[in-house]
Amino acid sequence: MIIYTLRRLLSALPVLLGVSALSFSLLAFVPGDPVDIMLGDQAATADKDALRRELGLDRPFTERLAGFYSGLARLDLGRSLQSRRPVSEEILERVPATIELTMGAMFLALSIGIPFGVLAAVRRNTWVEKLALGYGLVGMSTPGFWLGPMLILGFAIQLDWLPVSERGGLEHLVLPSLTLALGLSAILTQVTRASMIEVVREDYVNVARAKGLRPFKIWFKHALANAMMPIITIIGLQFGALLTGTVIVETIFDWPGVGTLLFQAIQQRNYPLVQGCVLLIATTYVVVNLITDLAYAAANPKVRLG
Amino acid sequence: MKKLKPKFYLGCLLIALTTFLAVFAPQIAQQDPTAMDLSKRHEAPSSENWMGRDQNGADVFAQVAHGARVSLRVAFTVVLLSAAIGLLIGSVAGYMGGWTDNLIMRFLDMFYAFPGFLLALSLVAVLGPSIGNLIFAMCITGWTGYARLVRGEVLHLKNREYVTGAFAAGAGPLRILTRHIWPNLLGILVVQMTFGMSGTIITESGLSFLGLGAPPTVPTWGQLLNSGRRILVEAPHVSLFPGLAILVLVLGFNLVGDGLRDWLNPRSAN
Repeated sequence: MIIYTLRRLLSALPVLLGVSALSFSLLAFVPGDPVDIMLGDQAATADKDALRRELGLDRPFTERLAGFYSGLARLDLGRSLQSRRPVSEEILERVPATIELTMGAMFLALSIGIPFGVLAAVRRNTWVEKLALGYGLVGMSTPGFWLGPMLILGFAIQLDWLPVSERGGLEHLVLPSLTLALGLSAILTQVTRASMIEVVREDYVNVARAKGLRPFKIWFKHALANAMMPIITIIGLQFGALLTGTVIVETIFDWPGVGTLLFQAIQQRNYPLVQGCVLLIATTYVVVNLITDLAYAAANPKVRLG
Repeated sequence: MKKLKPKFYLGCLLIALTTFLAVFAPQIAQQDPTAMDLSKRHEAPSSENWMGRDQNGADVFAQVAHGARVSLRVAFTVVLLSAAIGLLIGSVAGYMGGWTDNLIMRFLDMFYAFPGFLLALSLVAVLGPSIGNLIFAMCITGWTGYARLVRGEVLHLKNREYVTGAFAAGAGPLRILTRHIWPNLLGILVVQMTFGMSGTIITESGLSFLGLGAPPTVPTWGQLLNSGRRILVEAPHVSLFPGLAILVLVLGFNLVGDGLRDWLNPRSAN
C-alpha cells in the first residue's frame, strides 16, 4: 500500500504541473494585448507599462512560466487588479462558503442517490425501479440554472418557506445545495442500482438471508458494502462537475464562494484572479481524484498489485 | 436481432419535435424574436404569445424557437468536430502504440484532470463571447473523451484475428483502420456522441446563462434563463419555458443514447 501510495503521488505530480501550466497559459489565449483589454484603450501608457511589468508580459513566456512556478511555491499568485490585494488572500476567504455548499450538495446527493438505487435494485421490475430509472434520466437532463430559479420560485417566493438567496443558517443552504446535488444524485441512483443488481445475486446475500437477517440489514450493510466500488469511482469522477457547478449555482443564489468570485473576475477581466480561481478548482479536482484512487486501493488489494 | 426499447423511440420523438421547431422557427413562431414592445413587457402567456413576453416585451416563444437553432447547431458542430479529432488521434495512439501512444496519453491526462466546464468557461472568458469561440472552447475540452474511447477500442480490436488476417494479406495501416477497425467501433462512438450532444447542449446553455456564450444579440435558451431569473416574480414564464425546452432536448438525447447502448450491449438482455 505504501509503495502504491508513493507511486500514485508521483504520477499526480506531472498532472498537477500540467494543470497549473494550462491555467497559467490562459492569458496567452487573450486576443490582442491583454493589458489593453484589462485597462481599456484609454488608459495611460505609464499604467499599461506598469501592469505589463507586473504581469511579466515584457518577458519571454518560458521566463514567465518559471516565475509563476516559483511564485506558486510561495503561494504567491500575484495581485488582484481591482482591489490590489493578493489573489491568494481573496480566494482563501471565499473557500469556506464553497466548501459548505459542496459538502451540503454531496450529503444530499448521497442520501438521495444511494438509498434510491438500493431500493430500485432489490425491488426490481416494480414501480420503485421504474421511478428510479426515470429519476436518473430526468435528473441527469435537468440543468441547474433552470432548477435553481424554479426552486426559488416555488419554495422561496410562492411558499415563502426558505430564503431566496445569500449565505446564512442551514435554511439558506437547502435550495442551493439541492440545485447542485440533483445531477449527481441522479447519476448515483443509476450507478448504485446497476452495482447492487450485480451484488444481490451473490451467494453471501443468500447466506445472510438463510441466517434470517432482516432484509434491510442485508441490503444496506452486506450488499451495499460490496457494491461501493463503482459508487466511489463515480463520486470521484463527478466531483469535478460538482465543483464547476458551483460557478452557476453560486451566481443564482448570490452565494459568496469561489464560484461567484471567478464569475466576477471574468466580468471585470481580472485575469490574475481568474487564473487563481481556475488553478484552485482544477487542483482540488486532481487531489480529490488522487484520494479516490487511494481509497479504492485501500479497499481493494487487487488494484494496488495490478 | 434485439429490438430497440420504447425509450429510444420516445427520445427520437423529443429530438424530432425540437428539430422541427428549430428548422421552421420563422414559420411556426410568427413574431420576430428581437421585436421589442416595452408597453407589453412581462405579459403572461396568452393565445397571441403562447409563452408570454420578456422584460423588453419580446415574444418568448419566438426566442425559444430561434434558441433551438443555436443550441442544435452549436451542439452538432462541436460533437462532430470533437469526435472526428478524437477518432483520428485515438486511432493513431492505439494503432501505433509505443512512445507515440505514451506521449498522446500523457497529453490527454492533463486535459482529463481539468474539469471540462471549467476549461470551456475560462477559454470563452479570455477569448470573448462569440459562437465561434464557444465552439472552439467546447471542442478543445470535448475531443479528449472520444480520443480515450477510440484508443481503447483500437487497442482491443487490433489484435483480433481478422485484423491480423488483413495484415497478412498485405493491407496497409490506413486500410486496416478504415476498413476493418473503424466499422467495429462505430456503434460505441455513436453512443458516446449521443451523450455528447446532451452534455454540449447543457454546457452551451450554461455558458450563455453566465453571459459567456453567444453574443447578446443572438437569442439563446441560456440567455433567456439569465434574464428570466431577474424577473422571477413579475414574469416566471420567461424562466419556465426555455428551461423546459432544454430539458426536453437533453432528455431526448439521453433516452436515445441509453436505448442505443442497451441495444448494442449483449449483456443487458432485459
